[in-house]
Amino acid sequence: MMQVMRAVSASTLAGILAFGPVSVAGAQTATKTENPTAEKADAPSTVKSDAIAGTPADQEPVEERITEFTLDNGLQVVVLPDHRAPVVTQMVYYHVGAADEAPGESGIAHFLEHLMFKGTKAHPEGEFSRAVADIGGQENAFTTDDYTGYYQQVPASELAMVMKYEADRMANLVLTDEVVAPERDVILEERRMRVDNDPGAQLQETVQATLFQNSPYGIPVIGWRSEMEQLSRDDAIAFYDKYYTPNNATLLVAGDVTASEVKALAEETFGKVERRADPGDRDRALEPEPLAARTVTLTDEKVTQPSMQRVYLAPGETIAEPGEAEALDVLADILGGGTTSRLYRSLVVDKGIAAGTGAYYGGTALKESQFGVYGMPRGEASLAEIETAIDAEIAEVRKTGVTEAEPRTGEKPGSQEHDLSARQPDGDGPPRWRRAVDRPYAEGRRDLARPDRGGHRCRRQ
Amino acid sequence: MTMKALTSGLKGLAVATSFGLLAFASAPALAVDIQEVTSPGGIKALLVEDHSNPLIAVNFAFKGGGSTQDPDGKEGLSNLLTGLLDEGAGDIESADFQAKLDDLGVSMSFDTSYDNFTGSFRTITDFEDEAFDLLHLALTEPRFDEEPVNRIRGQIVTGILADRNNPEEIASKVFRETVFAGHPYSRPDEGTPESLANISAEDLEAFRNRVFAKDDLVVGVVGDITPEQLGKRLDQVFGSLNETADLTPVPMAEPVLGKTVNYDIAVPQTNIRVAMPGVMRSDDDFFAAYLMNHILGGGSFTSRLYEEIREKRGLAYGAYSYLASYDHGALLGIGTATRADAAPQTVDIIRLELQSMAEKGPTPEELEKAKAYVKGSYAVRNLDSSLAVAQTLVGIQLDDLGKDYIDERQALIDAVTLDDVKAAAKKLLDVSPTVVTVGPAAS
Repeated sequence: MMQVMRAVSASTLAGILAFGPVSVAGAQTATKTENPTAEKADAPSTVKSDAIAGTPADQEPVEERITEFTLDNGLQVVVLPDHRAPVVTQMVYYHVGAADEAPGESGIAHFLEHLMFKGTKAHPEGEFSRAVADIGGQENAFTTDDYTGYYQQVPASELAMVMKYEADRMANLVLTDEVVAPERDVILEERRMRVDNDPGAQLQETVQATLFQNSPYGIPVIGWRSEMEQLSRDDAIAFYDKYYTPNNATLLVAGDVTASEVKALAEETFGKVERRADPGDRDRALEPEPLAARTVTLTDEKVTQPSMQRVYLAPGETIAEPGEAEALDVLADILGGGTTSRLYRSLVVDKGIAAGTGAYYGGTALKESQFGVYGMPRGEASLAEIETAIDAEIAEVRKTGVTEAEPRTGEKPGSQEHDLSARQPDGDGPPRWRRAVDRPYAEGRRDLARPDRGGHRCRRQ
Repeated sequence: MTMKALTSGLKGLAVATSFGLLAFASAPALAVDIQEVTSPGGIKALLVEDHSNPLIAVNFAFKGGGSTQDPDGKEGLSNLLTGLLDEGAGDIESADFQAKLDDLGVSMSFDTSYDNFTGSFRTITDFEDEAFDLLHLALTEPRFDEEPVNRIRGQIVTGILADRNNPEEIASKVFRETVFAGHPYSRPDEGTPESLANISAEDLEAFRNRVFAKDDLVVGVVGDITPEQLGKRLDQVFGSLNETADLTPVPMAEPVLGKTVNYDIAVPQTNIRVAMPGVMRSDDDFFAAYLMNHILGGGSFTSRLYEEIREKRGLAYGAYSYLASYDHGALLGIGTATRADAAPQTVDIIRLELQSMAEKGPTPEELEKAKAYVKGSYAVRNLDSSLAVAQTLVGIQLDDLGKDYIDERQALIDAVTLDDVKAAAKKLLDVSPTVVTVGPAAS
């Protein structure tokens, strides 16, 4: 049977790609491995897998514990001490992502991220990864539209070691055609896995390209196949030389360390890396005012379950009016942030026409962002019914606003948890941490208390 | 099976891939002081006291109460149950129950695997009395009202339909049905649209009543609670359960080897799954096999399969192997995905690597590094958060490893010799594997 997936522009926040899969043990049918919790990275099998209360980002004292400084070569450093376990995470974020790529070179930011594991003059391919593995450490890297990040999680005593290696590859990467060619095949396989084998992902890609017609956010992070196939060693080195420089990076160290220890180590390692370039201000072409509604339809005989999504252009937090990004956060939460949200109550519970529905806002995009709603029909319900019901909820919130009682996700009591997983990096890059520094959470909350902001709580994912 | 997939898209991948786990020094880095607690009512638990935050994490399992207990024709029953325990219990209907959890900041979730039904619960101490009451109600008096039952069932069915042509899902299904043919392990955890339609509220209650009992219960607790307080909580939550579970016996599953199966679907990339014999968790050569697997394909960026398939030849984004040790059977599995025309070549490489490992085993250096990693990363994967520690406390009991396992583990690994690993490799890999491919038939 032929089935249709439709979207009036659709979801997926900034696409995020990682260098390699992590924790493959237990990824398939393994229910019990040597590590009793090896499956923990898997999604829970219950249907309602909404965020567990108490995401670490809500921790109030985080701001107080953060120290920030800048090295002479321009490298920004953020330190977040946490002494409850002898562990440390190093993350280096380069302030460059797929949206910074030159026309015709889509995928180069992500390709370079892969190639950063190919060794340097002093440390040949694999040495860094083996050194991390030898101490039971974890590592990976990822690329988004706006950032490229590299991280390791290791015993605190090994921080100097990983800082040495990471600083080394900030300036001394060596690439040969011998290592570049098979790695290009790897990213092409990655594209096959993530996109070409999956009609849903193909629709997402098309929707982004339709929503962002002028902005680079319309180009997939992994790249268009025809352009990926042409990416060369020289392209990668040129991108590296242009953007991988200490004055275009943020080092974040979190864990069982003090700011002074990190400062001394950073001076010894990253401090020795000279400025290699001046990438200048980051810019993003903006969208013209969207005059016509656009509908994207993908028909594929492999699609067995239709779904619909709608995305609106929305300002990201850096270009939004004060309070606007927070208000959109709250609105997404009230409208579609879990089983107590309006969309869930209406479409899934009361009307019984949807299997899933929700709303989201991707405020961390560097410039323009998006606000989305989505729904997947259940039983005999049609896409049109889903869309009508979502429209009714949107109309209702436009007409009467929200109530004081509604938003509460950010204030759940359980969110006081300060769990060690707070140190796990995520694709949002430094802004989330910086936001905590630049704009104290409490202040943001006061601002949001104004009813005309559309809510009174701020949600951090 | 999660509706989140809709929103997540690529972002979901980021969550998965950035799930990097914290690492600990290879010495016993974290003092995990495990206490054995027995409640006044006789319920046992392992406890790690941690008074640094006003939080209590409780994990528990009904051992043997997983999807193997789903009656024939009602496959997916235990999975459906996991979605319904927090959808109303006692006098509290679904929406109110959810709102209470929300208001109290209580996290409560349930899961099922082939072998076990598990629960995970976390509360802050301010509201712990009411929170533990909610958990007790969820386990003992779930309502199974028509609306939530139909809703959750509908969500699961929708998910099944949505995944029907997902190559990875198909690969898992064909793999399972080939390797465990005729055994309960061959059945889909989440059931089928047909089997789910057969499940009534009475079936759900019958399963709960049969499986949730004191004699198959194991509990692990971490947090701001003393042994005395915990004793009372254990009785409050679990005290009224049946004394004994009434579990259906499950036969041993011998993995079916030597089969080659292709599922024909027009996609550009072929998924490959390979099955070999595994080891039971209680086998003496478990760690020898575990280390061997780590070298073969368990190490993320350093294994032989990763090196040969991805690094040298660029044939795949991921290539891995894993040991699955279930209660009633075990296997060593391999997985990767490559462009359709390269599938035969990739399968050949896997076969060669299996043969080479079976004949020669690892090098001393490989074994040394594997030991260092496996020792160092344990604390990371298992002890990096209160929830992880609580899970580990449950895992240790499910596997019957003993309260001192965390301390003893290093020595168990150090004791493995190169000859042990070679013997394990020979035993497991010197056979004809089952190979499943999902992609165009010509490949």
